[in-house]
This record gives sequence, C-alpha cells and structure tokens, in this order.
Amino acid sequence: MDLLTFARGPALQAAFTIFLIGTFWRLLGVLLLRRKLDHSEPRQPALAGAFKGQIAHLWPYQPFASRVMASYLLGYAFHIGLVVVIFFYLPHILFIQDLFGVSWPALPHAVVNAVGGITLMALVALLVKRLMNPVTRLISNFDDYFTWFVTVTPLVTGMLAVAQVGARYETLLALHLLSVALLLIWFPFGKLMHAFFFVAARATTGMIFERRGTHS
Amino acid sequence: MSGDVSDTTELQPLDLESSRVSVQIPAVRYDQQGEMSDDERIGIAMRNFVKDFGRVAAIYMESCVHCGACAEACHYYVQTGDPRYTPIWKLEPFKQAYKREASPLAPVYRLLNLKSKVTVKQLREWQELIYDSCTMCGRCTMVCPMSIDIATLVGLARHGMFQAGLVPHELWAVAERAKREGSPLGATAQVFEDRVDWMGDEHEVEMHMNEDQADYLVTMSSIEIQKYPESMAAIAKVMNAIDASWTFHSDGYEATNFGMLSGNAEWQKAMTVKIIETAIKVGAKAVILPECGHAYGALRWQGANQYGKPLPFRVMHVSEFLAELVTNGRLKLNQVDRSVTFHDPCQVSRRGGATQAPRVVLKALGVDLREMQDSAEYNWCCGGGGGVVTIHRADALRYKTFEIKMRQVNETGAQMLLSTCANCRQTFDDGQEHFHWDKTMHSLLELVADNIVETEQ
Ligand code: HEM
Ligand code: SF4
Ligand code: SF4
Repeated sequence: MDLLTFARGPALQAAFTIFLIGTFWRLLGVLLLRRKLDHSEPRQPALAGAFKGQIAHLWPYQPFASRVMASYLLGYAFHIGLVVVIFFYLPHILFIQDLFGVSWPALPHAVVNAVGGITLMALVALLVKRLMNPVTRLISNFDDYFTWFVTVTPLVTGMLAVAQVGARYETLLALHLLSVALLLIWFPFGKLMHAFFFVAARATTGMIFERRGTHS
Repeated sequence: MSGDVSDTTELQPLDLESSRVSVQIPAVRYDQQGEMSDDERIGIAMRNFVKDFGRVAAIYMESCVHCGACAEACHYYVQTGDPRYTPIWKLEPFKQAYKREASPLAPVYRLLNLKSKVTVKQLREWQELIYDSCTMCGRCTMVCPMSIDIATLVGLARHGMFQAGLVPHELWAVAERAKREGSPLGATAQVFEDRVDWMGDEHEVEMHMNEDQADYLVTMSSIEIQKYPESMAAIAKVMNAIDASWTFHSDGYEATNFGMLSGNAEWQKAMTVKIIETAIKVGAKAVILPECGHAYGALRWQGANQYGKPLPFRVMHVSEFLAELVTNGRLKLNQVDRSVTFHDPCQVSRRGGATQAPRVVLKALGVDLREMQDSAEYNWCCGGGGGVVTIHRADALRYKTFEIKMRQVNETGAQMLLSTCANCRQTFDDGQEHFHWDKTMHSLLELVADNIVETEQ
C-alpha cells in the first residue's frame, strides 16, 4: 500500500473514528454532569438568554471594542476562511459527495486560493500575537501551539499540493490527507473542542444572567 | 465619630477609625491557617474545589480558547499591564487540577502526564491572584467570546483555598469573627441594638427593633452599622414615611457574608439561614437588603439555594425597594437641583440585574444624572469588592485600580457622587483619603431620606 492509499483509507478512517468517539466522550462527560436546581426567584424567564448569549458574544461590546477588536477581526478572518476553504473548494465538495451523497456549488479556484492565503496570514498573525503579547504568551500552553499546528498543516499542505510545489502531487496530497487525519485525531483532546463547547458556555452564562434580569 | 465601637477580640483587633474598616495591620501576617502537611493541604484544596463542580463550572473549564481578551476587561491588568492578572490565569492551578483530576479526559492527562500535579507552593503563590486581585466583579465575563464566568470559578477556587487554610490574614480574621460574633466588624447584636437606639435619638426617628411580626425585615451591613450609622436612620425614615410595618431584628440583621467572600461554604450558609429564619419568624413579606453589593448576590441569588428551597418572601435591594415606592407613588421626593454621577455596585448591577432601580430613584429626585463613560453593566469595579478592601497588603494595587474610577468620575464633572453599596463607599472614602481627592461618595438612600416630602397620612 502506498502512502496515498494509506492516507485515503485506513488513516482517515481511524482518525474519523477517534474524532467521533472522543468528541462524544468529552461532550457527554461534561454535559451529563449534574446541575443543581436554582431555587432563586427569577426576575424573568431564563431561556431566552441561551439564544441571546450566542449572539451577544459574536462581537465585542462597545466599551471593550478598542482593546480587543484586532484579535476579533483576525479570529473571524481565519474561521470564515477555514469554512470557505474546507467547504467551498471543488475537490472537497466532490470528496464529501463521494461520502455522503450531498453537494453544493463550489467557489472558483482563484477565490479559494486567495481566501486560503488570507486564512494562513491571519493564523500566522495570531501565532505571532500569541508569542509576542505578554498575556497570551503567559497563558498559552502546549495545546494552544499544537492546535495551531494541526490547523495550519492541512492548509499549508493543501495549498502546496494545489501549487505542486516541493514534491510530487501524490506525495503532497498524501501529506495533506495525513495532516487532516492528525487534525481529526487531536480535535477531541485539545481546544478545538471549543467549536462545540462555545454553544454550551454561552448558553449557560446567558441563561444565568437573563434570569437575573441582565445579560452576559 | 461617636457611639460605642466594640472590639471583642484581643487577637485580631479591628481598626474602626480608618477610612475603611478591617482588622488592624497585622504585626506578623498569617496567610496560612491550621496545622497540616503540604500533602494534606493540597489534597483538601483540590477536593473542596471539585466538590461543587457541576456542569456549569466544567463547561467553563472546557471552553477557554486562551485568547487573552479577558485581561482587557480586568482593572488589575489594565492598570498594571502585568499579565499575571489575566482573569483566566488566576485559575491556572485549578484548571490544571480540573483537567488532571475531574475532566472527561483526566485519565489521558494523568497517563501522559500532560498536566502536572498542583503543588502547595503554587497555591501559596496563587493566593494573591485568587484573593487580592479579584473583586469577583464579573467584568471579564462580558468580554470573553465564550462568556466564561471567571468570578464564579474564583468563588469555587476560594472554597478550596479556605479549607486548605490558604486565606489572606485579614479576610480570614473578619470571616472568623463573623462566624463567632455574627458580624465581621464587631457589630454584634448588642452593638447593633445600641447603635440603632443611638441613631433613633440622634435623628428623632422611631426605630422598630425585634418586633414579633412585620411585613418588612430590614437588614444592614456591618460597614453601615459601624461606619455609616446614618443609613439606619435613613431607612427608618423611609419606612416610617410610608407607614410600613417593619422591623430590625437582632437575630438576623447582618447582611454581609464573609463566609461567601472568604470561601467558607458552611459559614456562608449559616449567615444566610439566620436572615431567612428571622424573616420567616416575623412573617416578613420582604427582606430589605442594605446598600451592599455582595449581600444582594448572597441572599437574592444564592439565598434560596443555600436554604434548599424557594424563599417565602421577596428579597429586595434597598434601591429596588425605593424604586418601587417612587414608581407606585407611595414615596414623594423633593427635587434636588444638582448634577450627579452614579457608581454601579457590580453585584447589584452587572451581576444582580437591578441596574435600572437606582436610575428610577434618581429620576424621581430630579437630579441631572451624568453617567460615567462605562456605566451600568459595563461599569468598572471600585476595587474593593470580593473582600479585597480588607486586605492591607493589597492596598497599593487597589489604589492603582481606583485611578480608573477617579478618572471616570472626574470626566463627568458631576457635583455629587452617589452609590448604593457601603463597601464601595468605604473604598471610595479610602481612595479619596489616599489621593487627597476632592470627591466624596454619598449614599443614595441617605439622599432619598433627606428629601422625603412629608405628607399627612
Ligand atoms: C464554530 C464555532 C467556532 C467558534 C465560535 C470559534 C471561536 C473561536 C475564538 C473566539 C477563538 C479565539 C480567537 C483568538 O485567539 O483571538 C478561536 C480560536 C481558534 N479556533 Fe475557533 N471557533 C469555532 C470553530 C473552530 C473550528 C471548527 C476550528 C478548526 C477546525 C477552529 C480553530 C481555531 C484555532 C486553531 C484557534 C486558535 C487560534 C490562535 O492560535 O489564536 N475553530 N475560535
Ligand atoms: S477571554 Fe475567555 S476564552 Fe479568552 S482567555 Fe479569557 S477566559 Fe479564555
Ligand atoms: S471578576 Fe473582575 S476582578 Fe476578577 S478577574 Fe474578572 S474583571 Fe478581574
């Protein structure tokens, strides 16, 4: 079995299995914990806070805007960029169609390429910030850097494969798929889980403060 | 200042003459309590930290993306630029403990030793971050993209720290005194009764003490009893003006809760239950909480949970009570021709939801309200909350954070400075003295009491 076949087959399969089991394990391990009943008399029903919380924390409140806007913008640049590159690049859509039978229109290669470039730049900028800013340098740990690494490698290997730079296309493609496998394997163990947990966290705080008659 | 100030403990004498009340500056600091080995200490700290670890705290621990935004909302980081004051960093050993001991992946973390064991040395180092430099003001929650409520987690961390005997000297001393005497600052039941009498005479206002039955149980904070006793006359004037059936009660008068602030869950419960049982005994329809921030959180939002079931009476901060009275017309106020700025007590406003109440009252007073740049739920903490104001070694840092407040107040150009928390008020008094500032903090309740339109009833 050559590298590409291995990457395409067993590697991705195993990675996907670990991703699924791990993600469920970690989500359920937390979401199934007990939560004490709140006996305080609510000022208003709490439920709406679960939704408001999702929206409210999408964008910094005005008093904080000047201090955090740069990192919000970089964050949005690469998150949206990742979505575009992952879900609107034709070969990816074909891959998904192959697996699940669904498909949707792709964006032109040039657009995806440009977005990929922007995404990479935003991620590099955030890494530089992480290393230079005294706050993020202090609070960062292995997870932060390794998560960055496993997010950036599929992007870089994918772009190299498209440009056919550095090695044979098949080798680059195999590396790309292996890096995706690595991302999937790491996903449940590190902070990539924020992609799920953010909903729970915002809903939790949103409800607590809605109940009190304020917002989070 | 007159009136007898009691001090019943030789060991930790109170200093009731300074601009903020606490124990006197200790000659020797004891920031560690009890005799135990380091291993025991760490075991107890971690057990008690994870004891109340429900879903909420676990979700918070799992969600952080280490973006650092929270630092930008915290007065300690903003004023010093010291990254150690980053809110989430204040929880680092506890996060480490959670991941290693309690999270769904704990076995993996332990197996691969991804998180090392927390040490006592680490916790000693973190005492300053858990106590001296977090007022539990909750401002960081608002900036966090995940809305992680650091203040809640710091509260849990304090549970672990308290049981492990790792509480700052002064905060431990006042909490212990509150447990023993019923008040952290020497306002024992006897002192309270005496001072209520004294205020009744001084202001010629009828006081109600230990009535068998009353619609309203009125509580006080020991800071008011000892330092701002006029508050007691003020609330009595309001109550009498609306002809209410009300009482102070020596079985349940102290609304502050240093059990909560220091991290002793048992003491917190004991103090809360005292008020609840007194209110039930007198058949109160409502408990009126004083101008105190954390007292509101302790009874309004945590009280029923401490008690284990819903409370058979309403719990109102005095500003909410006043707002209701002016809204339904039971209390008529004179117009006050002054410009005013209002400092929101974090626990009442951002964390309590009673943000509009004082503004309703200010409107009824007809003042020209000039809001600070970041006001209401976005306000900056005075720097004295969470028990921080009691800790002498935190003074220098506290003054640094107080500079934000002075700047914001000055920018409004208002003639008068008001708030609805006696703890904020003493923090302002102390800051005023330190900086020789020309602004004095006043009480909204007292301003209201001074401007009641007497009607024939
Ligand atoms: C779908 C909901 C998601 C939300 C709301 C979200 C939100 C965030 C936020 C607020 C940050 C902090 C940005 C900063 O450092 O300033 C972050 C960081 C990050 N996110 Fe997401 N994220 C989501 C999904 C994802 C997914 C699916 C991935 C990857 C496949 C991802 C990868 C990353 C990475 C790598 C970082 C760290 C960047 C750094 O080093 O600073 N995120 N995310
Ligand atoms: S702002 Fe929230 S997500 Fe970001 S580092 Fe602080 S606690 Fe973590
Ligand atoms: S609760 Fe307030 S003092 Fe504590 S870390 Fe957050 S912003 Fe800072």
